[in-house]
Amino acid sequence: MAKATRQSFGEALARLGAEHSEIVVLDADLSKSTKSDLFAKKFPERFFEMGIQEAHMIGAASGMAFSGKLPFLCSFGAFLTGRYDQVRLSAVYSGANVRIIGTHAGLGIGDDGHSQMGLEDVTLMRVLPTMGVFQPMDDAETQAIMDYLVKQYKGPAYLRLTRQTMPDYSDKAAPFVAGKLRKVATLGTGAKTLLAIGSGAGVAEAMGAAERLTAKGYTTHVVNCHTLKPFDSKGLMELVSSLKPSQIFTVEDHSVIGGLGSCVAEVLSENGVGVKLTRFGCQDQFGESGEPVELFEKHGFSAAKIAEKMA
Amino acid sequence: MSKPTAAELKKLSNELRVHILEMITEAKSGHPGGSLSAIDAMTALWFAEMQGVPQGAPDASRDHFVLSKGHAVPALYAILAQKGYIPFEELKTLRRTGARLQGHPDRVRLPIVEASTGSLGQGLSVACGMAMAHKLSGSKSRIYCMVGDGEIQEGQIWEAALSAPKFELSNLCVILDNNGGQIDGPTDEVLSLKPIAEKWRAFNWEVIEIDGHNFDQILGAYQKARELESKGSKKPVFIIANTVKGKGVSFMENKIEWHGAAPKAEDAKRAIEEVRKNG
Repeated sequence: MAKATRQSFGEALARLGAEHSEIVVLDADLSKSTKSDLFAKKFPERFFEMGIQEAHMIGAASGMAFSGKLPFLCSFGAFLTGRYDQVRLSAVYSGANVRIIGTHAGLGIGDDGHSQMGLEDVTLMRVLPTMGVFQPMDDAETQAIMDYLVKQYKGPAYLRLTRQTMPDYSDKAAPFVAGKLRKVATLGTGAKTLLAIGSGAGVAEAMGAAERLTAKGYTTHVVNCHTLKPFDSKGLMELVSSLKPSQIFTVEDHSVIGGLGSCVAEVLSENGVGVKLTRFGCQDQFGESGEPVELFEKHGFSAAKIAEKMA
Repeated sequence: MSKPTAAELKKLSNELRVHILEMITEAKSGHPGGSLSAIDAMTALWFAEMQGVPQGAPDASRDHFVLSKGHAVPALYAILAQKGYIPFEELKTLRRTGARLQGHPDRVRLPIVEASTGSLGQGLSVACGMAMAHKLSGSKSRIYCMVGDGEIQEGQIWEAALSAPKFELSNLCVILDNNGGQIDGPTDEVLSLKPIAEKWRAFNWEVIEIDGHNFDQILGAYQKARELESKGSKKPVFIIANTVKGKGVSFMENKIEWHGAAPKAEDAKRAIEEVRKNG
């Protein structure tokens, strides 16, 4: 069912908390927004309300990880990157087995504006050695990533989640495999082939663009990147050689500098792929208040804007 | 093995001072001032107070130590060597390429070190998290954390100061190496922290103030902290150890220039001779 991925996260956490007594959850006065409150209600003794202290929360979660717990620390992505040195040293450099949950990704949060929008978090988290970076596109994928992060993944990981509702694509998409690009759909039967790669809220915009492009003679293969790090370089190269797209585009509700667009650009250029790449997302601009739909339009990564540019 | 006496600890601490000076001299860089001020409280902690054997893996059967003032890590390395956890020979590798003995504590390369620190203000939060986890698990472990006085200018320290009493971390004992100096000058001039004890009391900590080079007082403070917990106190403990930066080497004592400078061979020789004479 279409849900905000933060909601799916909260539900997954409450579900997994029952079987995994090592899970502890920390929140800095945003549990109703991050949806960690769903865990808090079920397991109050394992929920730590830290107050408005993100820096301390990151350190405390790391210490709990060193003492055998599996901490999920939750806040808005923007506030976590704001305490970057704590993420960098206390958590990641220390090898802490922590799950850092950054909700309120991108322009999609709308009205609250720039200060609350995580627009640089993928870039900053991705640059840290050993850090895993994940971003689900919908409810089912959030559940799958949460299972993976609890049952299999070891080390520090960052999970980026939306405030707004995400349409469901998982049921029709290829099965979820952690670390692998995931085919969502192929739209159109035209002779001109495009490869669209979206992440998070970008998947829905890529799908919308692909739909619009069918009328213009395009076949668009839409792929979802839920694991931004480690990035599936091999999978991307396989897609490029099997689909032979005339153009590639990426869509993300995030800065194109260092985000998904950069991940793809790095792989394409390092492998000598001479296919034109267009990166849709925030183009080196700050976020702002407004309706998400209007903001996506204004910043050029709504389905309509993408289709217009790619056609 | 019976608990060492104050006199035995004093002698041992001076031997460790020699190792500190030797390794920093060999590395040609490091922080002698804060290592020499911290070593007495740390020696007492590791050789007379902390229970169990550090292994790096989570273990409810032992006490834990976080060196939040990470630049004093030569003091910790000297202790780890004396304890037999690392070879004395390895002390010569301090700060060398590929060494486990990084310039600041690194719990991935050297898991006996419990937290990677060096960006000041962070280790106390990590120690709080350890104390929270152990409390949740019902473990009897005690968590010790050493902070520097310059370090407590960091805002994150005061986040931790506010947080630890909320979670009733009576298993947490913080030692302030109050040596009065930092890189840019005397702490009172750079950014005064006074009144320190009143601040921490106001944050609902149990505060004990001692001479950080008097082993009877150091041991007494640790014992009191442990007793407070066993008697049901819910407060974390903050021990203000008043110390002398560069303690034990007269030409380094209270001299800011020895905060982060390695002695030349000749100076090191003089320093070690003096420490040995007093040991």
